[in-house]
Formats: sequence, structure tokens, C-alpha cells
Amino acid sequence: MGLSFVKVYKANCNRLFLNNMVKENLVKDVVKEPYKYGFVTDIETEKIAKGLNEDIIRLISQKKEEPKYLLDFRLKAFKKWQRMKEPDWAGLGYKQIDYQDIIYYSAPKQKEKISSLDEVDPKLLETFDKLGIPLTEQKKLTNVAVDAVFDSVSIATTFREELAEHGVIFCSISEAVKNHSDLIEKYLGTVVPSGDNYFAALNSAVFSDGSFVYIPKGVTCPMDLSSYFRINSGDSGQFERTLIIAEESSSVSYLEGCTAPMFDTNTLHAAVVELIALDNASIKYSTVQNWYAGDEEGVGGIFNFVTKRGKCLGKRSKISWSQVETGSAITWKYPSCLLLGEESVGEFYSVALTNNLQQADTGTKMIHIGAKTKSTIVSKGISAGNSINSYRGLVKIGTKATGARNYSQCDSMLIGDQASANTFPYIKSQQPNSEIEHEASTCRISEDQLFYLQSRGIEFEEAISMMVSGFCRDVFNQLPMEFAAEADKLLALKLEGSVG
Amino acid sequence: MQSKMKESDPILEVENLFASTDNLPILNGVSLTVYPGEIHAIMGRNGCGKSTLSKIIAGHPSYSITNGGIKYAGENINSLEPEERAQSGIFLGFQYPIEIPGVSNLEFLRVSTNARRKFLNKGELDTFDFEELVKEKLKLVKMDQAFLSRSVNEGFSGGEKKRNEILQMALLEPKIAILDETDSGLDIDALRIVASGIKKISNAQTGIILITHYQRLLDEIEPNYVHVMANGQIIKTGGSDLALELEKKGYEWTDNFVKET
Repeated sequence: MGLSFVKVYKANCNRLFLNNMVKENLVKDVVKEPYKYGFVTDIETEKIAKGLNEDIIRLISQKKEEPKYLLDFRLKAFKKWQRMKEPDWAGLGYKQIDYQDIIYYSAPKQKEKISSLDEVDPKLLETFDKLGIPLTEQKKLTNVAVDAVFDSVSIATTFREELAEHGVIFCSISEAVKNHSDLIEKYLGTVVPSGDNYFAALNSAVFSDGSFVYIPKGVTCPMDLSSYFRINSGDSGQFERTLIIAEESSSVSYLEGCTAPMFDTNTLHAAVVELIALDNASIKYSTVQNWYAGDEEGVGGIFNFVTKRGKCLGKRSKISWSQVETGSAITWKYPSCLLLGEESVGEFYSVALTNNLQQADTGTKMIHIGAKTKSTIVSKGISAGNSINSYRGLVKIGTKATGARNYSQCDSMLIGDQASANTFPYIKSQQPNSEIEHEASTCRISEDQLFYLQSRGIEFEEAISMMVSGFCRDVFNQLPMEFAAEADKLLALKLEGSVG
Repeated sequence: MQSKMKESDPILEVENLFASTDNLPILNGVSLTVYPGEIHAIMGRNGCGKSTLSKIIAGHPSYSITNGGIKYAGENINSLEPEERAQSGIFLGFQYPIEIPGVSNLEFLRVSTNARRKFLNKGELDTFDFEELVKEKLKLVKMDQAFLSRSVNEGFSGGEKKRNEILQMALLEPKIAILDETDSGLDIDALRIVASGIKKISNAQTGIILITHYQRLLDEIEPNYVHVMANGQIIKTGGSDLALELEKKGYEWTDNFVKET
């Protein structure tokens, strides 16, 4: 039976102008916000030569003392990558990336073996302190375990002993390769195969570090786990790899934060995240992405080309993605769910804010394979300045997915008359006994709304930020508590004028 | 023509105000002075400039003042932002209150109240203290607490929106309140609730301007002065009996008036 292509709904709300915005210029001022995390840490680093070839990959693998299967995995991916073409279907405008001009391994120089945090270079600790992620015993966050990744390597992971008591493994992926090789060999590349797409293949070939999480059967992870990714070097790419495995009836909430210094060159960030949920397991993965976005003229900034995918293998398993995307010159990512297990659940909650010349093309794929699988998509895109913000998503119901259900809601908000918003929802169903709902809307902040709030004594900037966070409420409600407050602040900051 | 017996200074002085939007003149020389404790009613046909006058006093950005000016507490406020006017005690009750999806009414009221309190050098209220205050004020307009958790005006009935406006007025304790057709779209019971709310909030320090088409609001709140507007001007001013006469004779009666100088 061929694919019955039920409905492809394409709503293009491109360039809906904000005619009545009398205070156009004021709005422009308001959405300007200096980037707070743009500093560079002056630290001696060990870098390998620029460029990409088999020898470089062997060198990375050798530096990390990897077993043969992993080197083979990398080399196979590299061969695939060489035969692939950089995709251009998203229509994102950027200067071609010279893959031979990137450093694929960069690590701060440290003592050979670090046995405790006291031996970590104080400059590194200071860096994370400045980012609001204190790592030292005295100051560390009390309710969250943190894995701090600096350029290509993981610096420190807090609360490891406490987590180990529950059987939870939380460490850098390099360590996991050494200490939990069986798990890596079993699961790595099973959700995002090494040849999945151009950037996933590149990552599979050169990934340097990232986080590894394993939650054993029946365990509810006693605290939130989080990784904080920091790009420091201007000429090295960051290719981290995250793997989370939740065994039967276990659950975990994982948070991810990202920042980078301001450089006038573009830095490539091509990460791969794989999640695996077995019977009755649940994984909640939340991201606040605030990579450097480039300046007002669009010079510099991170290219954030990321592949994130979760596999609901088990019955009644659940994977929930929530993301707040505010940074990067270009964001190109679709955190997705493969719903294999019967009655498994996939969720995607997203806020993407773009300003100046930022481009974001983000959304999700919900692939319903098992019976009675359910998915929910809530996407909120806010575009200001000359930015382009697109939602692109696929809901696919397979032949065996009887009783599958999907609900999608994609809302766009425009600020100013130069920003654009697009919605590209693709819906494919091969199963008549399924339900798919799609709602979409585009709005703008009207002058009347602004005047109403102002006439109640609320400052112009605060009025805009109130309305923006009101617009995002449905998504913020899904974020873990500390993160929700953080996200609200981040959006407000992004929208605040340079004063205060 | 204001009497010399007034003890205090005027709160609001609109002086020979000309204003336009998109180069279209809307106000053609309006003068109006309001003293503390006074209630003024402004009546007139649709399109005569009543609502525009209220919006200009509140600082709506779509209108520009081409001549004359507005003084509040003795200071010219022509160039003040709407939020600065509101913080200092000017309140506009909207004819059509605006819906703001996603923003909780409680949070909106709290931020707004604190902005006013900050201006008055009073401490800002946290969520708990504010809830106490707002519960008190809700009684004035007989509103249920459920209103607080809904989005600002979203899905409110006409009457609920108007009561929400009066609730805001109660929280902000303005020096001058301009209520633009607060009575329109209200049934008799809702009108009484709104009118009694206004009366309880206002005191000897507050000036009130009621913009209305109907006598029924003025039955509840007796004005000291009634002004009739036409073609962007106040063409006649009188006492509360002027409204009664207008009710009887209709606006046609005023067509023959020339502007009183």
C-alpha cells in the first residue's frame, strides 16, 4: 500500500506587516539587548591542527583512548559524510562553511588526571561561576546536578556520588566510553544513525564530548540533571553528543543550557542528542539556548545545526522536549520522537525568539508507529527586527498506529514590520483510525494593547515583555520550575532596552 | 468662568486644545478646567470628539496636539508618555477595554498598582499583600475572585469588562478619572454596581469626567457640570439640569448653539 498522503497543510504567513506600529523605532530599541555572556576565558588550550581527514579522526579517538568499535563508528560516519551534500532545503541564507578551516578538538590544558574539583583550573571554575553555574562544593546548586562542558571536553560533573547511590550514572560521554562501554556500544547511534543527515554524520565522525545519563529500572532520578555547554574558542567547532537511557519504569528531567563569547566569525555547533525510553519510562528534556547571535548587522554568531531525537521504545513510555531558543545566528533543529511502544507519548513545547538578522528554522517530527500513540506540539515563534522565524514540522501516522492522536498548535507573533514568520506543518497519515488536529495563528502586538497597558502605568518595555511572556505561557508552564523563571527573564532581557 | 471661591488649584486644565490624527482635525479648541471633588459630564453625538479628548488626555500616540495644551496639577503634560501620566494619577476608563491574551488579570493589576505606588513613594506590594488589597476592592464592583486568574479582559462580557475598569480605578486611586462611556452596554443592575463603585472611589480630592450619551448614569452620579460637545468643541456648559433638558429635546436641540466664549 502506497503512502496515502492525506493532507499537507502549508500556511505561509510571510511578511505580515505591522502597519500600525507608530512607535516602530522604539520597538527596535526595545528588542536590542547586549549579550551578557560574550566574554572570553583566557586559558591555555590544547588544540589540534585545523582541518578534517581520517588522520584527524584517528587522533581525536586516540586522545580519548577509545576502543576500536568507536573508532570504526567514527570512520564509517566520516565516509558517509564525505559522500553527502550539505542540505539547502531550509532556504537558510549563510556563507558556505569551510570544513577544513575548523579545529575539531580544543581542550583547556589541565593536569593529566583530576581526582577532585580542587584540581580544576580556577579560571574554568570562575568562568562557570560568571555564567551562574557554580561548580565548587561550597557554592554548587543544591537541587541540580551539573555536567559542565567547555569547548570539546567535560570539566566537571557535580553530585556524582549522590546519584550513584541510586544507581544513576551521570558523567561525560568520554568517561562513559571508558567505564560503561557496553551501554555505549549497545545504544550509540541507534536513534540517530551515523548517516542520518549531513550534520549528524559530521558529529558522529568528530564528536568530542557531551553528557551521558543512565537511569536504572524503577528509579526516579532524585534531582534534575543538567549540562551546561560553553564554547570559548573562536575557531573550533563544538560537536557534543548526548545519550540518555531510561530503563523500565524510570524517569528523569534533564536541562541543557548554552552560551558562547562574541566573535565576528561564525562558529559551528553540530550536536547530536539521543534519548531512549523503555517501558513506562519518561524523559523530560529542556533546553535554554542562548548562543551568541551575532551583532545587529548579522556579523558573527553560532550556527546551531543540531539533531535531537528520542525513541519511545517501550509501552507507555514518554519523551517530552521543551525548548527556549533565543540565541544563535542560525538555528536549525527539530527535536523529534519516534513513537514505537504502544500508548507511548511524545511532546514538543517550543519558544523561539529571533531578532536582528537571526534565522530560526525549528520544529519537530512526531512519527507514530505503535498503536494508541499520542503526541502534542505547541510552538510559539516570536520574530523581531529583520529576522526570519519558521516552524517546520511533520506528523506521520504509520499503518499500525491505530487510534493514534496528535494535537498541534503553532502560533507566531511579529514585532515590527520587517520580521517574518513561516509555518510549514506537514501531516501524513496511513491510518484512517487516527486523529490529527492542527491549529495555527499569527498575531502582532497591537498599538491598542500597548496603549492599554501603558495607560495603566506600565512601561512600554515591560508591556511588550508582559505580552510576549503571556504569548509563551503554554510553553513556560511545561518547563521545570527554575528554568521557567530563567526563560522568562531571558526573554525579558532580550526584549529590554539597553537601560537597566 | 470658574468661580473665585475655589479653595484649591485645578487638577486638570485643558486650554484651547487643537488636535488631529493623520492630518485630520478632531479637536478644534477645547477648554475645560476640573477642580478636586468636581464631577463633569461630557455629552454629544458620536464623532463629536469626546472619546478623542479622553485619549489625548491619557496620551494616546495616534493623536498629535497642534495647538493649546493640557496641564495636570499645574504642569504641562503634552510631552509625557502615557505611562508617566498614569503613574502620576490620570486614569482613563476605556469605552472598549482591550483584551490581552496570556497575561493574567491578577499580574496585570499588580504590576499596574505597583507602578502607581512607586510614583507615590509607597512600597511595592508582593503577591500576597496585593491579593489582600485586591480582594477588598473586588467587593466594590461585586466581582468574583475568578476574574483574577483569567487573562486581561479575554472572554469577559461587556459588563465584566466595564467592572474590571472600575476595579482598576479603585486600585490606582487616580487624581482625575476620565470614564469613557462606562455606562454603555450595561444592564440596569450592572450600571448601579458600576455607579456605586465610582461614587465610593471618588472623594474630595478626585476629579471625575463622565463621557456619556445617557441620563441614566447621571441619575446615579449627579454631575456639577454638563458640557455638550460638537465638531471638536464644547458648545454649551451648564449644570445637571442641562443633561435633563438634552434628554428631553435630543441633540438636534443643540445644533443651533454656537460656541460659547
